[in-house]
Amino acid sequence: MLWQTLWQALQETLIMVVASTLIAALFGLPLGLALACTSPGHILENRVISKLLGAIVNVGRSIPFIILMVAIIPFTRWLVGTSIGTTAAIVPLSIAAIPFAARLVESAIFEIDRGVIEAAQSMGSSPWQIIWKVLIPEARASLVLGLTITTVNLVGYSAMAGAIGGGGLGDLAIRFGYQRFRGDVMLQTVILLVILVQAMQMLGDWASRKLSKR
Amino acid sequence: MIHLKGISKTYSGARAVHALNNVDLQIPAGKIFGIIGSSGAGKSTLLRCINLLEVPDAGEVWVGGTRLDTLTPRELRRARQKMGMIFQHFNLLTSRTVAENIAFPLEIAGVPAKERQRKVANLLEIVGLADKAQAYPAQLSGGQKQRVGIARALANDPQVLLCDEATSALDPETTKSVLKLLQSINQRLGLTIVLITHEMPVIQEICDFVAVMENGIVQETGPVIDVFTRPQSEAARRMLRGTFAQNIPPELLHRNNNGEPHRVLKLSFVGERAHEPIISQMVQHFKVDANILFGRIDQMKDLPFGMLVIELVGPEEQLDQAVGFLESQHVELEVLV
Repeated sequence: MLWQTLWQALQETLIMVVASTLIAALFGLPLGLALACTSPGHILENRVISKLLGAIVNVGRSIPFIILMVAIIPFTRWLVGTSIGTTAAIVPLSIAAIPFAARLVESAIFEIDRGVIEAAQSMGSSPWQIIWKVLIPEARASLVLGLTITTVNLVGYSAMAGAIGGGGLGDLAIRFGYQRFRGDVMLQTVILLVILVQAMQMLGDWASRKLSKR
Repeated sequence: MIHLKGISKTYSGARAVHALNNVDLQIPAGKIFGIIGSSGAGKSTLLRCINLLEVPDAGEVWVGGTRLDTLTPRELRRARQKMGMIFQHFNLLTSRTVAENIAFPLEIAGVPAKERQRKVANLLEIVGLADKAQAYPAQLSGGQKQRVGIARALANDPQVLLCDEATSALDPETTKSVLKLLQSINQRLGLTIVLITHEMPVIQEICDFVAVMENGIVQETGPVIDVFTRPQSEAARRMLRGTFAQNIPPELLHRNNNGEPHRVLKLSFVGERAHEPIISQMVQHFKVDANILFGRIDQMKDLPFGMLVIELVGPEEQLDQAVGFLESQHVELEVLV
């Protein structure tokens, strides 16, 4: 019975984390690229867009997750038809993770030697070609590390999703372990979370090392 | 081939920097043209004005009969595909193998995969890295990386090769081999090479023409041999001073030969002249004593280039005649004392 509950909670956590990571990557990558490329002295330098995107990302990052989750309930309901449950939790998790991922993408792009970009320009590359053939491939190892950091962060955030009935391991720990004084459940969920995070980090480090040819 | 007209470039900021000040430069086709200057002289900015990586504030950039600074971005990218560039720090893509790095400009130009493969194989052969095709740049030495850079720059059969301090990060041995490669490419493919450097030996080794830059101004330009033997500007003389020890200790110049009249002369010989026994002829004809204070002989691209500092001792009249004789022999002559 308890193992079943634990298994169920683990599944919910994984669904929330994986889905919101994918969405965060999908939107965070272009947003991060736009942040980096429009910055002063970069290939698509544009002060207005750069400042605007920077401001949006900063606002997104400064709202505490627990407040964001409640604040966007109408939006969540409009988007997925409900504001309660695992699916509903994916919406605020993704929205919180997008600006975070975008900043990580931006810094991964900034790590690329400017000389390499200049070389690509000297060969007559268009900005688009530079993005696809230089920036993304050259940053891939850092991007994977950034993705790993985002995922691990989302495991932490997903624990708060219990507040809107999102379920998952964090929710289980609060409801059983804390509110019903079940220290054993608390311990088990925490151990599971530790293993989960450890596994994710190891996988990310391994993939990043594989991709890095420096 | 390349004609820069009235190029100026100022970097605004807390203190405005005049990187280039009304620079005019003509670079002939098929030659190796060196631009020398110390750091901050503006040579790097000037080189980047040729392919418009730096956009000049004023002036015109002409390459092969096309004015580049008025092209649309798309046209400019097309034009850049016909200009190769290599860099001090190589600037290879770390995520691509050697072969893939060389294929990069071909991909950019839209060359079909089959054709790319053929060209890459050929280029690897030219730069002598056929066995490193699948290596990553991190596994190569500096010299090998620069060879990859050269192969990459040549991929689209450019008419011009721009070299940005291409040997400054290499040891002397590797520098020599990379310069040799550049020279053979220049001869075999007939492409125009523009290189910037702060090292005189690089100019001496492979350049046909040189421009000396200082404070954003081209101080002097001409065939290397002329600038080396008859530097007109103070900047050129300063650059040369490091290469050839021309500072004879003052004690030597002004020592007292028991009151006997003497002259100290600096002679420069170029080409055939370097082989002729002019000094011994002079000593025999004019009965003066010649004392060699300093001498060296260098190779300047294909020409031998010698320099000699001698002291002549003897009666005034004979000294004058001896100096007159040397002047008549078309030897570059400078009377130091």
